[in-house]
Amino acid sequence: MKRVYPDKEYCIGCHLCELACITVHSKSQDLIIAYTQERLEDGLKACKRFQEKGPTCVALSCRHCDDPACVAACISGALQKDPETGATTYDIEKCVGCWSCLMACPYGAIQRHPTLNKIVKCDLCRDREGGPACVAACPNMALKFEER
Amino acid sequence: MTYVIIGNGVASVGAIEGIRRLDHEGTIVVLGNEHVPAYGRPLISYLLAGKIGPERLNLRSDDFYRRMCVDLRLNTTATAIDTKKKTVTTNKGETIPYDRLLIATGGVPFNPPIPGADGSGVYNFTTLDHAQALIAAAKKMKRAVVIGGGLIGLKAAESLFDRGVDVTILELSSRVLSAAFDENAGRLAARRLAETGIGVRCGVTAKEIHRDDKGGIIGVLTTDGMFVPCEAVVVAIGVVPNSKLAKDAGIKTDRGVQVDDSLQTSAKGVFAAGDVAQARDMITEDNRVVPIWPNAYNQGYYAGRNMAGAKESYEGGLAMNSISFYGLPTISVGQVNPPKPEDYEIAIHLDEKRQIYRKLVFKDDRLIGYVLVGEIDNAGMYTSFIKFRMPIPAETKRALMHGEPGVFLWPEQVFDKTWNPAGADK
Ligand SMILES: Cc1cc2nc3c(=O)[nH]c(=O)nc-3n(C[C@H](O)[C@H](O)[C@H](O)COP(=O)(O)OP(=O)(O)OC[C@H]3O[C@@H](n4cnc5c(N)ncnc54)[C@H](O)[C@@H]3O)c2cc1C
Ligand code: SF4
Repeated sequence: MKRVYPDKEYCIGCHLCELACITVHSKSQDLIIAYTQERLEDGLKACKRFQEKGPTCVALSCRHCDDPACVAACISGALQKDPETGATTYDIEKCVGCWSCLMACPYGAIQRHPTLNKIVKCDLCRDREGGPACVAACPNMALKFEER
Repeated sequence: MTYVIIGNGVASVGAIEGIRRLDHEGTIVVLGNEHVPAYGRPLISYLLAGKIGPERLNLRSDDFYRRMCVDLRLNTTATAIDTKKKTVTTNKGETIPYDRLLIATGGVPFNPPIPGADGSGVYNFTTLDHAQALIAAAKKMKRAVVIGGGLIGLKAAESLFDRGVDVTILELSSRVLSAAFDENAGRLAARRLAETGIGVRCGVTAKEIHRDDKGGIIGVLTTDGMFVPCEAVVVAIGVVPNSKLAKDAGIKTDRGVQVDDSLQTSAKGVFAAGDVAQARDMITEDNRVVPIWPNAYNQGYYAGRNMAGAKESYEGGLAMNSISFYGLPTISVGQVNPPKPEDYEIAIHLDEKRQIYRKLVFKDDRLIGYVLVGEIDNAGMYTSFIKFRMPIPAETKRALMHGEPGVFLWPEQVFDKTWNPAGADK
């Protein structure tokens, strides 16, 4: 399957991927409203975990592992493996906010939602034509969406 | 190929998913003695608390068993295994032949003999039926005593309290959560429960359950001579592997059903997974029963793959628990109470006032366990160091101790393999 691969050699730390991420996952679909309102009022949050060390940086997100630790740990069935697409899917309605997945995922790809008792995790922008918005937004091609 | 799975908990679901990764044709028969498809067993506390409705319990969607081509037989109890003839018999008089068998019968609650325990008003808390019985009973009771201050006991107490019941927890050892968490985490959790009004009493247990003339419970006499009035008692001391079926079939059992690194038992073609199994542990490197959800799923999954011919070896379970008490999240992974603390390096950060706690346990140059209370957002990053057995140089250790784990502390090749494997245009 196609996955998002971040490259720390190219990442310039501009956070544009995060802005693209919150925009596609916003109600308004508008960057300014998403950033100034939905982020503060609804806890809208990007599914990226940003890491920095000196001049090096990288934007990490769910790897959609073949045998994911989060799916094994999920007590509610909110996290599952889609047998057709191979994606690790998340059903926010089923989630009870137990943080088992956040503990089990050794990639730190799962975060707590800032206001709800839910998690935030990459869904590969499944409803977006043309694939993940973060990849499209990256100005330096530090994120690649491909089969490897 | 015919696969038979005894039990329909999460280990069973893991096995179904494991088998179907590799074998789309073989017949899978699942025998489950409960009356509903697999559900999130830990969710029964959310149900009892009234936080979720019964419609949210199912672990997989309604069409799961159909999509996976599974012949699911509910209300069916396996009564015997014949490892020579390779058959399983059921309470319905069927004899089902298998090529590969999985024993995934889970655990059963441990009920020590307590004078007065026989009769109405005494409950366990491990199944949906138990939860529903308690929901009905909670409408009539004012006070309850929970015996056992482990994870299940505390969850039962919290949920009953949310139903408006006055609850007292009795824990024989000197602190709650002694199995999975360490002393500081146990204290913070107990404090949070006490602040909300749940009675937590350590160092005592129930000596006798007292009843009135009609047999109704009136209270519990404790080992220190106190009388705690109540109308119901929940016994939540622990679960023991449900291994009788295996034992009776001549399969090797110790504390649980013994399995090798492929999760196969002493009987050829017969595997075991979940709370019933005594399987490899990643940290201690011996075989032990660690009755937790992620291990049950993983053991089921890898047993399933091996039943389908994968010949993979199970990397071993990792003890882990994540549990919140009235908004106070606590996480514990790996070895957190080392037997001889002097042989380990232990780093502790405790902020009592803000209820934030972090404990890291190092052995030589490895992280082997941690506890987080309050601030848990970096949990997975600590888990990575344990799970991938990454060597930890001094600088990395310092960062971890400061609560600053991150991927740039990983060895370069682990980073590349994980995030940017071959194929990158370099
Ligand atoms: C209230 C509660 C909260 C919990 N919370 C957590 C948590 O937060 N995190 C965590 O890691 N773990 C938690 N656990 C533990 C976790 O639920 C178990 O580790 C897990 O369910 C084990 O799965 P299993 O498939 O091995 O067994 P089970 O889930 O016990 O399933 C076994 C099934 O087999 C059936 N069965 C048994 N014998 C037969 C037979 N002869 N024939 C047919 N069917 C049979 C049983 O009825 C049962 O349905 C909790 C447990 C409880 C009770
Ligand atoms: S937090 Fe939600 S998604 Fe994560 S394990 Fe718990 S129920 Fe599943």
